[in-house]
Amino acid sequence: MKPVNQKAWLLVAPVLLLVAISAIIPLMTVVNYSVQYVGSTGRFSWVGDEWYREVLHDEKFWNALWRNLVFSGLILAIQIPLGVLIALNMPRKGWGVPACLVLMALPLLIPWYVVGMIWQMFGRVDIGLMGVMLRDFGYNYEGDPMDAWFTLILMDVWHWTSLVALLAYAGLVSIPDAYYQAARIDGASKWSVFRYIQLPRMARVLTIAILLRFMDSFMIFTEPFAVIAGGDPVFLSTELKQTVELGKKAAMSIIYFLIILALCWVFYAVMTRNDGEPGAADQKQTKGGGA
Amino acid sequence: MKQGRFAWIVPALYILFLMTPIYWLVAMSFKTNLEITTRFTLFPEAFTLDNYAKVFGDERWRSVFANSLMYVSLNTVISILVALPAAYAFSRYRFFGDKHLFFWLLTNRMAPVAVFTLPFFQLYSAFGLFDTHIAVALAHCLFNVPLAVWILEGFMSGVPREIDETAYIDGYSFPAFFVKIFIPMIASGIGVAAFFCFMFSWVEYLIADALSRNAVVPITTRLQALSQASGTDWGVLAAAGTLTLIPGAIVIWFVRNYIAKGFALGRV
Repeated sequence: MKPVNQKAWLLVAPVLLLVAISAIIPLMTVVNYSVQYVGSTGRFSWVGDEWYREVLHDEKFWNALWRNLVFSGLILAIQIPLGVLIALNMPRKGWGVPACLVLMALPLLIPWYVVGMIWQMFGRVDIGLMGVMLRDFGYNYEGDPMDAWFTLILMDVWHWTSLVALLAYAGLVSIPDAYYQAARIDGASKWSVFRYIQLPRMARVLTIAILLRFMDSFMIFTEPFAVIAGGDPVFLSTELKQTVELGKKAAMSIIYFLIILALCWVFYAVMTRNDGEPGAADQKQTKGGGA
Repeated sequence: MKQGRFAWIVPALYILFLMTPIYWLVAMSFKTNLEITTRFTLFPEAFTLDNYAKVFGDERWRSVFANSLMYVSLNTVISILVALPAAYAFSRYRFFGDKHLFFWLLTNRMAPVAVFTLPFFQLYSAFGLFDTHIAVALAHCLFNVPLAVWILEGFMSGVPREIDETAYIDGYSFPAFFVKIFIPMIASGIGVAAFFCFMFSWVEYLIADALSRNAVVPITTRLQALSQASGTDWGVLAAAGTLTLIPGAIVIWFVRNYIAKGFALGRV
């Protein structure tokens, strides 16, 4: 067991101070705006939950929320299986390992605005490689919302599938060879090796991958903004940026934040369930020692 | 586990898919605008370095690159310095509210930045810090400090606690032990955390854009302003875009084995 030491607070204090300034004060400002009406003269007046009711009755908010959920759902449905497939087929030794890791990680390290810019240039029907190729099939992401959806999803698959693949790969390489030898002796099929050895071993990293991908796609703003400049499809962050009235913007921010907070709790519970939590490793050791 | 003989095709195709749009960007940066807009060519026909010359020759381009590197570096240093002691506390001790605090940090890493742009603008304006490097650097601490704490905590928990105890018995004070013994032991962890702080600050657009006007224009803001204007100079945009890939490409080799760990907040 880790010792209890309240002086540890001193070590945490700088972080607390810094993050409090950059998180709590701004959030309080937002809460403040969400319950008030700001007149043209800058006078504040209390309006209670009026802005919240307005947001919750706003079709545009619900549409953006649904659109965002569909987007995140599609992203997960494509990226998770694809990432696992890639990880299963990645080389395990030799020069191929670093080559794969480095090349695959490259899109993860590109500024998000530049990711959008790359795809804007790639997809434009006048100058883009993909745009020119698909032009004859009637593709034009600037004119057709379906094509815009297609482009944004392809862009996100391009941008983030590597994350899933690298996480799944990290799970796969941690499987001891003895497991595979045992499976071979038992004459296990490829499918049962995957189902009963590889998948359970990947379960934890895949949960992390699912949650990370869900959260980040749920908050997406910059990349679509670079491609379609705030046009259709409008996601939650875009809707938030485009809302003008301060009170409504603030109320929407709080609702958005609460959704994220709830999801975050799930994330935390999953991440710290096994050995992520500080001290959990010791507890396991203690138990092992006692047995 | 034996893989099929043709297993390599899957990652090879995937990498081809990843490289194609990047290739298009890089190829465009070596073309003239005339070639980009009037002819469709897979390889630059009239290979030119003019676009890069324009980027490097223009004071405004140079300053946006410098601005971005400046606030990103500041942010990395601040994040690591405050995260180190906190991560140590989380990995070594139990204290009142530790779990809640650890969770609260995570919520900030996950917070939608679109929510924070307006209050950040007001907060830093109130302190007279709007349009300064330090404002962007501090604002990016919102997600980078939690990231650094989580990653460092992951690495520190891998160091057995007996080492701390032995050092204290040998008469080391906490600061001496921390600087002379502990930090060298988790040097790779610090490197990884610094890399991810650098990266997440470098790729971020919304906050950096919201907190800058004239003095601290980040590279992405300038790209945005130029790419959505009429009469776009595609060649120069592609050249500047290509240059933004370089910081990631340079350091990626050193962290290749930690990429999954870093993105998963040290939990893999």
